[in-house]
Amino acid sequence: MRSVIDIVDLTAAEIDGLIATAEDIIANPAKYSEKCRGKKLATLFFEPSTRTRLSFEAAMYELGGNVLGFASADSSSATKGETVPDTVRVVGCYADIIAMRHPKEGAPLAASMYSPVPIINAGDGGHSHPTQTLADLLTIKREKGRLSDLTVGFCGDLKFGRTVHSLVKALLRYEGIKLVFISPDELRVPDYIRDELESAGADWLETASLEQAMPELDILYMTRVQKERFFNEADYIRLKDSYILTADKMALGKSDMCVLHPLPRVNEIPMEIDEDSRACYFKQVKNGKYMRMALILKLLEVE
Amino acid sequence: MIIGTITNGIVIDHIPAGKGMEIFRYLDLEHVEYEVALIKNAVSEKMGKKDILKISEVIDLNYEMLGYIDPNITVNIIKNGERVQKIRPQLPETITNVIKCKNPRCITSSEPELKHIFKLTDREKGVYRCLYCDSFAK
Repeated sequence: MRSVIDIVDLTAAEIDGLIATAEDIIANPAKYSEKCRGKKLATLFFEPSTRTRLSFEAAMYELGGNVLGFASADSSSATKGETVPDTVRVVGCYADIIAMRHPKEGAPLAASMYSPVPIINAGDGGHSHPTQTLADLLTIKREKGRLSDLTVGFCGDLKFGRTVHSLVKALLRYEGIKLVFISPDELRVPDYIRDELESAGADWLETASLEQAMPELDILYMTRVQKERFFNEADYIRLKDSYILTADKMALGKSDMCVLHPLPRVNEIPMEIDEDSRACYFKQVKNGKYMRMALILKLLEVE
Repeated sequence: MIIGTITNGIVIDHIPAGKGMEIFRYLDLEHVEYEVALIKNAVSEKMGKKDILKISEVIDLNYEMLGYIDPNITVNIIKNGERVQKIRPQLPETITNVIKCKNPRCITSSEPELKHIFKLTDREKGVYRCLYCDSFAK
């Protein structure tokens, strides 16, 4: 039995395999529509989510399986003081696989130590979000045709942006990757990610200027400054509008650049940018469902 | 200052000066019945100053904890006045319930019954990170 808590729990070869499965699902959806008949996915979302929870649920339904779960901690026994290990030991009696989102970092790992069924980390605080990374990688592969030899810019909240941390770790395993981190001083990538960058001998730089970074980027990964990660609202208000991707800034980018965003957005990407052919964030949403389907099949060991 | 030798027990030597009390407390030696001596700031050729802990019982030691405090610490097991074993604890790959994660966003901050586990991520620099949230050990 395997869980996926961190993107590096999957080897690069396994990620290639998931991408191949996802592309086959896109091409032949009917072939997969009964694969999980009789199986149940539990979505344990201790923190609100629209995309990720519905994506997991849609993924399981499209595989012919069923879904149970809760959408906020308020509607779970967490309000009665139940621990994460107890919750998953109980839910593991009802479901074949669990997707868990939790505001505390490491909660899905703690769950995987006690769960009788596989756990998928659906986002833990500001820490990591491996299935978003799977969505990102499939999108990059489909849009650029490769996962190597790319200059990838990350912009916005790089400190608490769990999708950034997971994608960085995944990209470090491919050749010819250059990473450009664009953020205000207060929201720079955390020390442990710097540590990973140094250990991997990565090609990376930090800047506060999106305009300066724009011309060399193949991928621009925008993020939202997340109100829920701040202990102090004044800091949030001061930093929330740090980067807004206007049409003027888009004009500085390559014609085949690809703009990604894990969504939800607030105002960092105005709606006018949606019309630009380089805006790929809604394709990313769809790709997320296919990669989650591929991952569920793998962890349930369904042929 | 002269502290007598022990016939049976443990001598923990080469403790970095100032760290002896930390080990004394961790081993919960305050209320034991047997003889214990903590020597602080002993002269050391190699270290300048060091702490030494002499315990007149062979007790179970947590080598993870000793290795984490300093991998140069030596543990000598004494039987019938002779040193029968010399152990040099290594930096362990993981340490469990020796230190606590200080990150208020870590799951261990709200579920205190979980084991506090840190993994060694850089042996050369002795860097440990929380297994759950990746925060550095402080």
